[in-house]
Amino acid sequence: MSPTELPPFVLFFGAAVLTPFLRGRVRGGILLLVPLLGGLSLLGLEPGSYGQITVMGYRLTLMRVDKLSLLFGYLFHLASFLAFLFAIHLKKEEGASLQHTAGLLYAGSALGAVFAGDFITLFVFWEILALSSVFLVWARGSRRSLTSGIRYLVVNVVSGVLLLAGAVVHVHQTGSIAFEYMGLGGIASWLILLSFGIKAGFPLLHNWLVDAYPEATPTGTVFLSAFTTKVAVYALARAFPGAELLVWVGVTMTVFPIFYAVIENDLRRVLSYSMINQIGFMVTGIGLGTALSVNGAVAHAFNDVIFKGLLMMSMGAVLYRTGKINGTDLGGLYKSMPLTATFSMVGAASISALPLFSGFVSKSMVMAAALEGGHGWVWLLLLFASAGVVEHAGIKIPFFSFFAHDSGIRTREAPPNMLLAMGIAAVLCIAIGVFPQWTVYPLLPYAVEYVPYDTTHVVTQLQLLLFSSLGVFWMMRTGWYPPEKRSVNLDSDWVYRWLAPRVVGGVGTVVAVVDGGLRRLFLRGVGASLRRAGRVLSPTSGLSRHYPTGFMVIWVTILLGAYLLFYFL
Amino acid sequence: MKPEGEKERFLDRQENVDRLLWAFTVLGCAVLAVDFFFHRHAYLSWEHVWGFYGLFGAVGIVVLVQAAKGLRRLVMRDEDYYESD
Repeated sequence: MSPTELPPFVLFFGAAVLTPFLRGRVRGGILLLVPLLGGLSLLGLEPGSYGQITVMGYRLTLMRVDKLSLLFGYLFHLASFLAFLFAIHLKKEEGASLQHTAGLLYAGSALGAVFAGDFITLFVFWEILALSSVFLVWARGSRRSLTSGIRYLVVNVVSGVLLLAGAVVHVHQTGSIAFEYMGLGGIASWLILLSFGIKAGFPLLHNWLVDAYPEATPTGTVFLSAFTTKVAVYALARAFPGAELLVWVGVTMTVFPIFYAVIENDLRRVLSYSMINQIGFMVTGIGLGTALSVNGAVAHAFNDVIFKGLLMMSMGAVLYRTGKINGTDLGGLYKSMPLTATFSMVGAASISALPLFSGFVSKSMVMAAALEGGHGWVWLLLLFASAGVVEHAGIKIPFFSFFAHDSGIRTREAPPNMLLAMGIAAVLCIAIGVFPQWTVYPLLPYAVEYVPYDTTHVVTQLQLLLFSSLGVFWMMRTGWYPPEKRSVNLDSDWVYRWLAPRVVGGVGTVVAVVDGGLRRLFLRGVGASLRRAGRVLSPTSGLSRHYPTGFMVIWVTILLGAYLLFYFL
Repeated sequence: MKPEGEKERFLDRQENVDRLLWAFTVLGCAVLAVDFFFHRHAYLSWEHVWGFYGLFGAVGIVVLVQAAKGLRRLVMRDEDYYESD
């Protein structure tokens, strides 16, 4: 095995073991070098299977290299580089060692999962993803982060258990542990789809995401937004391209979160809903299953990691500097943090798919594929969801934090390392948007000619974006726009955070009442029996009386007489 | 609120914000007017409607935001709803 054929997770896990013993510049240098070296080692790697080992009679493939896995391989190295650069200032009292170690294990397991060639390897990394990333939530140290971290862990571990169950059935049926295209059909594929669906944030299975991501540390959320859901997108693109169900699952994911994003106050939670919306475009693309649509799905995953990472970084910087993240508390920060504000707006333009920004060149592939496939309604709903993105991610995020009414908060610009990370991400957003043919397109799994910049497309997209923005601005101007409010908005997690404890509590109460009643009844019965027995057996009762012998003789005589009488009759 | 004595910025004045808003509105109308003389290629019959994308964007966003406002009646609770007991 040459060094370049070493599975990328090895480097990350090795560094994770070292990090707790290192400090200062050495640690910082290693955190940045690991993703750089790992990413470079992927260059020029030929497709094929490397790192095969045999464990308990199964031949595991630690590194399956093809265009699909390589795209995510590059992406995760890039994302971890930016995330570590953003987090490199962390001090001991902020839990630096814990967060960096968790970050390395998390990024490493994401790489392990996308290069896994078999279900066993995939399962192992699938679980390490959950176990390592939860520490980025807990590192915040608040009571909320503790409880939502526990919920996050439970849901994600359940996803792993479903994957394992599906894999066991699959191996039993086919005799192969290889992780390849599956398609829908049979219990194994449904279990595995459900497992992927939890991690991808399918509707009703999505709540762990909007629950936990906003409770993580300012730097931890940047890691979280990059890996877990994109590993799931990769896995769906590998196993279920063309599964029609995914078209409608994806469309639902693009549409329902945008309503929540309008009324949510915590701006990192707005971005979490926005993540589900963006993943919806990817899932739709995978479901459509054409070369163009799957290309669009993974290209959008690539771009989303960068622009969503950028938006999360900008909000992380705001939280880091001000200690606040609610729309109700912020506003006017462009005066103190002009660079962060600028970078945030680049991210906002990219996610809104403004021409010349990265979202435009990838989201349009999925939409074009929907049109070409004759899915008119799908396309129309995606168009509606695109307008929704402009509202919550394009306008709301930068507007409520950096502009809106002046909150009076005066602070300093974000630290240099944060600015550099955001700056690189912003440059990438524009570079990909302007030169897709030299950046993201050559990485795509299928060879399809797609030209994003034609006049119709640019004009129609500008019309859509301008008028949805105008709609928002005029609603704000005229007071039609709902003001931000301190609140919790109920979502499907209400079922397990409110209803289930009360149902369990209620059932417990009923059981206790019935049980208590039965016990009392029983005790009363026992008491009554004892009292009766006491009466019957008491010294004064009939049974305890002394009878004279003559009394017995009379009775014996009567019985004998009666017997004789019956005998003769 | 702006602290006392701080220099006033361009966006601190409401009339400047309004000017920007009107400029932005004019820009939007100009881009929409392209539909008068540019015949765009279209896959679906809806797309042939004049100004379809602009109208869809504006109407869609108003429907979205007003519906979300209504959703608040259904789902909005106190901030400590889950921690209240």
